[in-house]
Amino acid sequence: MNLNATLVAQFVVFFVLAWFTMTFVWPPLMRALDERARKIADGLAAADRGQQALKDAEVRFAAIEAEARQNAQAILAETEARAATYLEQQRKAAEAEGVRLVEQAKVEIAQEVQRARDALRSEVAALAVAGARQILEREIDPAQHAELLSRLEASL
Amino acid sequence: MTAETAVHAAHEVAHGAADAAQHGHGPETPAQYIVHHLGHLTDGMFNYDTFIFSLLAGLVVVWVLGLAARNATVGVPGRFQALIEILVEWVEDQSKQIVHGDRSFIAPLALTVFLWVVFMNTLDLLPLDMLPMFGQAAGIEYLRVVPTADLNCTLGMALGVLTLMLYYSFKIKGAGGFMHELFCAPFGSHPLLWPANLLLNIIEFVAKTVSLGMRLFGNMYAGELIFMLIALLGATATWWGFALHVLTGSAWAIFHILIVLLQAFIFMMLTLVYIGQAHEHH
Repeated sequence: MNLNATLVAQFVVFFVLAWFTMTFVWPPLMRALDERARKIADGLAAADRGQQALKDAEVRFAAIEAEARQNAQAILAETEARAATYLEQQRKAAEAEGVRLVEQAKVEIAQEVQRARDALRSEVAALAVAGARQILEREIDPAQHAELLSRLEASL
Repeated sequence: MTAETAVHAAHEVAHGAADAAQHGHGPETPAQYIVHHLGHLTDGMFNYDTFIFSLLAGLVVVWVLGLAARNATVGVPGRFQALIEILVEWVEDQSKQIVHGDRSFIAPLALTVFLWVVFMNTLDLLPLDMLPMFGQAAGIEYLRVVPTADLNCTLGMALGVLTLMLYYSFKIKGAGGFMHELFCAPFGSHPLLWPANLLLNIIEFVAKTVSLGMRLFGNMYAGELIFMLIALLGATATWWGFALHVLTGSAWAIFHILIVLLQAFIFMMLTLVYIGQAHEHH
């Protein structure tokens, strides 16, 4: 019975146990733990990516919305400007038309006046000739007095 | 060798060698060696070694779990946190399946019981003579390291479980409901059957408690005893004895990893089952 001998053997057994644990128990355990940590890390990363994607989408959405709003504003402004221009053009055209019509009417009136004056003049000439004929009691030969008559007509 | 026969054999050895087991150093007979190793650091009323080593194991559990709780992160866990998380989730899972009711105390209790028993059992894997040798150097003649190889420890824990069984029986069923169950189950509610029912229920509670404590004690005691027998091989101080010691000792130590965890698992599961049964109405 030797306590020292068995104590040595006990320590050898202890180190065999430690070696066994290190070789066969520890690695699978660590693998399982690392696997779990990896899965959690992946999950968290995926969640982060999802959040980031959402944020990016929101930013993109905001940009698109702003652009659309701007475009709409621009289109509105352009339309307004075009409408104003069109109105202006129409107003000018109408004014010009009005002026033209007035001018035309003036011309027509002038022509009418001229025509009436001419008719009046020839009538006055004819009246003068008829008056003169009655005064002279004889026929006035238009051919003979053509020159006289046209001078009279022109002087009226 | 089953636990019961091992216990029996150990007691026979102890009785046979009781005269030979004297205090003192120098060459021992194998019987003296074993009896010496079965001696407690005790004053006859209180086993100080069991108390101290179970307390230390419990403090280690508290420290480990506290460390994990303090350093817990919601991000990617390290290996240590992952290990504790796996354990906690596993115990939570088991308790959820077994106990139907408020588990805010029972699940942590199961985790604590499991880890505590694991740490106490693991002391069995230390070299058998190491701590007693330190003890002798410090003037302590008898020192048994493994608390769960002391019936006082395991039966004490089993009594704790019995207390919880009774507590939850009263809490869940009320005093009247529990009394009704004690007197009217399992045979029936006829007044003539009341004594039989009560007797059977008392036997059941006692059997649960004793078997819970004895199972863990028996397994660990048998394991410790086999380590002692193996140590006798090395104590022959021969090459064949040394080789056999290393061979069988390694095999038994490696197998003991399984027993350490299995017995802790069984103790935890039975704790849950018994408390779970206290939640069920008959």
